[in-house]
Amino acid sequence: MSDLRDLYQEVILDHNKSPRNYYKIDHPDHQAEGFNPLCGDHVYVYLKMDGEKIAEISFQGSGCAISKSSASMMTSMLKGKTRKEAEELFNKFHNAVMEEISEEELEKLGKLAVFSGVREFPTRVKCASLSWHTMLNALKGEEAPASTEL
Amino acid sequence: MGEASVSSAKLKYVSASKTFDVDKLRADFPILQTMVRNKPLVYLDNAATSQKPLQVINSLVEYYTTYNSNIHRGVHFLSEKATALYEEARVRIKEYINAISACEVVFTRGATESMNLIANSYGRKFLKEGDEIIISAMEHHANIVPWQILCEEKKTKLRVVPINDDGEFLFEEYLKMLNERTKIVSITQVSNTLGTINPVKQIVEEAHKRNIITIVDGAQAIPHHKVDVQDINSDFYVFSGHKLFGPTGIGILYGKAEILKTMPPYQAGGDMIRSVTFEKTIYNDIPNKFEAGTPHISGAIGLGVAIDYLNNNIDFTQVEEYEKDLLEYGTKRLLEIEGLRIIGTAKEKTGVISFVMDNIHPHDIGTILDSEGVAIRTGHHCSQPLMERFCVPATARISLAFYNKKEEIDAAIKALYKVKEVLG
Repeated sequence: MSDLRDLYQEVILDHNKSPRNYYKIDHPDHQAEGFNPLCGDHVYVYLKMDGEKIAEISFQGSGCAISKSSASMMTSMLKGKTRKEAEELFNKFHNAVMEEISEEELEKLGKLAVFSGVREFPTRVKCASLSWHTMLNALKGEEAPASTEL
Repeated sequence: MGEASVSSAKLKYVSASKTFDVDKLRADFPILQTMVRNKPLVYLDNAATSQKPLQVINSLVEYYTTYNSNIHRGVHFLSEKATALYEEARVRIKEYINAISACEVVFTRGATESMNLIANSYGRKFLKEGDEIIISAMEHHANIVPWQILCEEKKTKLRVVPINDDGEFLFEEYLKMLNERTKIVSITQVSNTLGTINPVKQIVEEAHKRNIITIVDGAQAIPHHKVDVQDINSDFYVFSGHKLFGPTGIGILYGKAEILKTMPPYQAGGDMIRSVTFEKTIYNDIPNKFEAGTPHISGAIGLGVAIDYLNNNIDFTQVEEYEKDLLEYGTKRLLEIEGLRIIGTAKEKTGVISFVMDNIHPHDIGTILDSEGVAIRTGHHCSQPLMERFCVPATARISLAFYNKKEEIDAAIKALYKVKEVLG
């Protein structure tokens, strides 16, 4: 039985109300746009690199509480991480929201573990993943807007 | 196929004096008794699809249990029965919308396919470079995209009648747009997102003065109002069975016989032909010319049963009054919520209420309402241009049917206060 509290946990509500790193970087090294036309979630992710390290990461956009808090937490977690670490975290996050993962894996996610609750709400998985797909696109230098529609 | 005379005898039209008893009607719809998330289902998503009375559900079981067979060509008992009932359904629909002949009623997969049929068949044959097609700013994608594709192919121009901030069709602007290059006017009778009722009769009249072909999208109108295609007098009228308390996968294209006869086939294959050789193929008459392949036989029969149900149990004058009352009540209660804004405030509306809440995304509204058993729709409702027009990413939408009650609106409102509590 999926409880609403599994989805709208305190930390998610907090990040939705006061999103971290919610601004536009003036001269980003990479940027990408993510758009889910089906629900109206729209996100821009900006990156400033220091070699392979993400020196600065921010986001802008409009979307639901899940997408906004996911983006906010993502930027908090990825600051200072290397490109490779960011890609690894993407995979871990993706697994957490799509399927059952072990307690060990969940712990490695740190704060992001709260999003494992999204798994019980399949229609909201895309909300949680959008900013991550967008971040990946930004890292890879993709031109076309990211979408969670495959 | 000739008209089956059997069907009229089966029709029982109950007089207007029957009283509107919503609880009695609700009892006919088994799904309304289900629980969702351990709460009683409050189904307020009727613009997306309607629920079905037991009579329709049983007709599907009966079809597959006792007489399922392919139609039109079999010589055995099952095939004869299936054919008779399929064609009877066509006649019942013809009578329901007051078409002149059953050959003017084409079975399709739904309003979307009906629109595509008109665009591809009529549009491709009769439109040429420089011609203009008029739609409105409140159309469903099914009445936008087929025309965009046609315009790209034929180099015709798509013109859009604007709407005001209440979501009303600007008739004066429409008149200004009509010119000697206009060949098609295609407008929705009721907006699925705003609930606006458009003056389609007048829109058609003005187009006909200038010999322009008219199409009316009735998908959202026909579940709430009695439709008379002679009165509206459009050249085409389209709707979907699943919105009219019938099965999914079936819909209607109504077209005036003299126009349908001039149109080339849309899909080709079996049944739409009279004879086939490798040298030459001769097409069938209407409506079969537009019904290639094995149709959704049970769907058509089910839609006929839905129409029987409506004829026997529903007086649309009463339904209109009841739904108007429900709409007014719902609107009033929604407006009590601080920070809630209704999108679509036309003077003439059907029971559709789109709304947004300050700093709360419709998607979150939908999920929290779902946790309380309340089903609404959130998103762009297949009308992205409308979202842009009202500068919102999406809306939450409550859409009513004659089996909804005030108590259900109260349940939705209570859930909306919970939304504010969680996310406000």
